Amino acid sequence: MPPPSHDDRVTDSAATRAANRGIRNRALTIGMSVVPFGLSFGAVSVETHLSLLQVCLLSLVLFSGASQFALVSVISGGGSYLSAVGTALLLGARNGLYGVRINTLLRPRGWRRLVMAEVTIDESTAMAVSEASSGFSARAFWTTALSVYVLWNVATLVGALAGNALGSPATAGLDAAGPAAFTALLAPRLTGRAMRLGALASAAVAIATVPFVPVGAPILIGGLSAIGLLLVIDR
Amino acid sequence: MRLWLAVIIASVGCAGLKLSGYVVPSRFVESQVARRVLAALPVTLLSALIALSTFATGNHLMLDSRAAGLAIALVLVALRAPFLVVVVAACAAAAGVHALHP
Repeated sequence: MPPPSHDDRVTDSAATRAANRGIRNRALTIGMSVVPFGLSFGAVSVETHLSLLQVCLLSLVLFSGASQFALVSVISGGGSYLSAVGTALLLGARNGLYGVRINTLLRPRGWRRLVMAEVTIDESTAMAVSEASSGFSARAFWTTALSVYVLWNVATLVGALAGNALGSPATAGLDAAGPAAFTALLAPRLTGRAMRLGALASAAVAIATVPFVPVGAPILIGGLSAIGLLLVIDR
Repeated sequence: MRLWLAVIIASVGCAGLKLSGYVVPSRFVESQVARRVLAALPVTLLSALIALSTFATGNHLMLDSRAAGLAIALVLVALRAPFLVVVVAACAAAAGVHALHP
């Protein structure tokens, strides 16, 4: 269960229950949407001759889908271990930036901060941020983190055991689930003109840099340069 | 042995990167400018992520079935459709296009 938070002090009115139900349903949808990728990650990793223990350890400890896929696909593509680890770290760096935001938003204390950091990923951050003005951020964060952590790890294990019998997520259009979910979660944050411009600029810069920089870098370059732009036009 | 080392360094490194955001001293994040930056940061990073996971594979730009999924998602989000509807419709659109152009 997620640890109790400030949110639990909110009185248990009908509106609160409805909001909680909404959060739980979205968290479950997001959790289900990572399952095909967990299955595929498990299968690809075993194919790349990682042991079952190594595969599961990656999902349990590294716990960041993009970094995990990058690590395994660089190794299976014949790249060096150094560049595999480097790409994984580059892709994982954004979680550190999310952490700065989540830390100021939810202010975790003590051991809770360690647990919170470990589950600070795209999904939990997007859900927390989408609830930033409703007061349900902590609940949104923990519910999503729990849902994604459990389903991602179970899917990894099943995928590793089942191997390639499962087929590719693209066949069922499941590779569109992540972008669609994040678009829906970001929409309420895109209120001002400046924020919309920032989001578009970030996407454009990221796409423009894809062919020229290492995998993982475009997200950071896009995200940070858009912040620079926002600071300039917002002055 | 070297594979184990790669798995362990990547795991510990990525977990450490996550933690790094939580140990930034609060005096760095309490100014007016820092607050604005922090509010915008997840939005810009996730926008870049949406664009890349739709139009890129590794170092290559691609226009494939994922773009149809994103287009449907954008329309439905603009129409304020429920979350589940947005996600399922995007997958259905992408699956449809993928079936036509595998």
